[in-house]
Amino acid sequence: MSTVVGEMDQHDDHHHHAPSGVTRWLFTTNHKDIGSMYLWFSFIMFLVGGSMAMVIRAELFQPGLQLVDPHFFNQMTTVHGLIMVFGAVMPAFTGLANWMIPMMIGAPDMALPRMNNWSFWILPFAFAILLASLFMEGGGPAFGWTFYAPLSTTYSSDSTALFVFSVHIMGISSIMGAINVIVTIMNMRAPGMTYMKMPLFVWSWFITAFLLIAVMPVLAGAVTMVLTDKYFGTSFFDAAGGGDPVMFQHIFWFFGHPEVYIMILPSFGIVSAIIPAFARKPLFGYASMVYATAAIAGLSFLVWAHHMFTTGMPVFAELFFMYCTMLISVPTGVKVFNWVATMWRGSITFETPMLFSLAFVILFTIGGFSGLMLAITPVDFQYHDTYFVVAHFHYVLVSGAIFSIMAAAYFWLPKWTGHMYDEGLAKLHFWASLISVNVLFFPMHFAGLAGMPRRIPDYSIQFADINQIVSIGGFAFGLSQLIFLWVVIKCVKGGEKAPAKPWEGAEGLEWTVPSPAPYHTFDTPPDTSKTPPEAQDHG
Amino acid sequence: MAEQQGKPDNTRIVRRLLLTVVGMFAFGFALVPLYDVFCDITGFNGRFTDGQAAANTKTVDTSRTVNVQFITRVNKGMPWGFEPEVNSVRVHPGETKVVNFLANNPTGGNMIAQAIPSVAPGEASLYLNKVECFCFNQQPLAAGAKTAMPMQFYLDPEIPDDIHTVTLSYTMYDMTENATPDALAAIAQPVN
Repeated sequence: MSTVVGEMDQHDDHHHHAPSGVTRWLFTTNHKDIGSMYLWFSFIMFLVGGSMAMVIRAELFQPGLQLVDPHFFNQMTTVHGLIMVFGAVMPAFTGLANWMIPMMIGAPDMALPRMNNWSFWILPFAFAILLASLFMEGGGPAFGWTFYAPLSTTYSSDSTALFVFSVHIMGISSIMGAINVIVTIMNMRAPGMTYMKMPLFVWSWFITAFLLIAVMPVLAGAVTMVLTDKYFGTSFFDAAGGGDPVMFQHIFWFFGHPEVYIMILPSFGIVSAIIPAFARKPLFGYASMVYATAAIAGLSFLVWAHHMFTTGMPVFAELFFMYCTMLISVPTGVKVFNWVATMWRGSITFETPMLFSLAFVILFTIGGFSGLMLAITPVDFQYHDTYFVVAHFHYVLVSGAIFSIMAAAYFWLPKWTGHMYDEGLAKLHFWASLISVNVLFFPMHFAGLAGMPRRIPDYSIQFADINQIVSIGGFAFGLSQLIFLWVVIKCVKGGEKAPAKPWEGAEGLEWTVPSPAPYHTFDTPPDTSKTPPEAQDHG
Repeated sequence: MAEQQGKPDNTRIVRRLLLTVVGMFAFGFALVPLYDVFCDITGFNGRFTDGQAAANTKTVDTSRTVNVQFITRVNKGMPWGFEPEVNSVRVHPGETKVVNFLANNPTGGNMIAQAIPSVAPGEASLYLNKVECFCFNQQPLAAGAKTAMPMQFYLDPEIPDDIHTVTLSYTMYDMTENATPDALAAIAQPVN
């Protein structure tokens, strides 16, 4: 990591005296440094959470209990989920926001640089606490990432307090990051950069930040109630004391459903930047993209109970949540349509960022369709808690969110490092990932429809073949990500010199600064009134 | 706004956003009483206000019959025996019925318990009226004693046509810990 930045130092402005060594990273308030740290942190967490997935897939390779005991298996599924959601996907987006938002809106840095440093540096502690709990007597959290009561209260291990505190810290970090993004976007835009001229990545993050501010405190409330129920004798979720365990699910999913959009809206922004660049056409329907993103965010607060159709709700409530959920496919459909229309009659080339973006559009749509199937209340009773659900959310999160993060990394790596990445290796990474991700997750649909429940270490013998195929896909997907690590390290260390704008069709202020981006950019704000990025389609 | 190169507004925005954060944290906790109110009003989740209903003055709708089932259970660690005298009764909407629930305290100490009802489907809880029920009060039971506890109810004739079966479930909770020693000692011994 220090090599990366050693090179960036050459571009340091002379009035800036950066400390060297570890203190430089500890005390940095530079948005690019913090962005890099977020991205490396999320990649490390991606590998840690991925190794846990490998344990899960190895155990499920054949029926029966072979490698791990069921309690440890449950800890693996739980911590895999927590790490991938809070440690991999969310910090990766925050890292991209740190790197790109100031450069995209022509700001010299984030608005609150010291808070920025703080919001990153509490994250490693949060995950150290979470991972440490795995080694405690009685094991770590084993109640699923959704920590339903009473699994997380009456029946959880003694280390649950560690889980609660680590979620608190993650939440504080996310909230500080979101506040920073909002203040930066509201106050630091260059002259001429009106709201409706902002690149869509900035827009999607702006909306995501509001979602974070609205729901992360609710999650903090939910874990606090679990904490007091378990250790201080309250009865929020304990029926014996007048509480209600079903209420936990309502509170959790009031956070949980907006949370899944927090993990996908920035992806929409990324793909909306990349597809026009490689189709060499301005984005189709910029304004409708903004409104669709806002509509999805608004609707996300009205659909939480579709996660709990089987808890016994009045038919009226089931219908309400079913229709609201289906309504979300309208703005999402607008987006997919706009991406396709952007490519229509474009001069498309298929560099790796474009390949990942195309795979995103197709595979995310598959995940969206299985989501629509799950939204139908009567059939959800069959799909609920089966591998069909697992297939659905991995399609939207792995081949959706993660693929978009990969696309973003390849797209902006030349800007970050000043070198072109190895296109051959990157294409190998793409094809290996694309094939293995489908071998991994597609058969899960069939296992789920056939009745295989999720979160189990052992299964009935008729699921053996499907699980073997899935596990092979899983190992292949895991190994493929090491190619990505190799490409990134190779690109950081050297490679063909990247020009300021390595992609012919790319638009935006970040391409007007040299590659690698100097340590300080836009000390004097650029005049954006002449060339509004991504706004040409208005005419 | 974009013209402002200093950051005069930052503090104000941060303050507002932090207030929102605090507000949403409080909202998370406010969901707890809101949920109770919501459940009481709608019968959502099978919970309902367990108050005493007015005496039955409704006309009996003999054209239809509803099957009312009774389920009993005791909370984890609760030693009592607790069961309905009959598992189900068939009633006409508007018709008043009395069902006895049998409880016994097999332990060597006086105990106090409270039964909490739940109705499925949740919608039906709005139409199930209890004129008299042991669940309105706490139940004291001396060591080794047994008792029959009456529950008098009727279904509102307004109950929707598509409801043919109503399940009433009681869970018995141990409340002994909350009682004063005097109250426990005052519980009448069983007459053999």
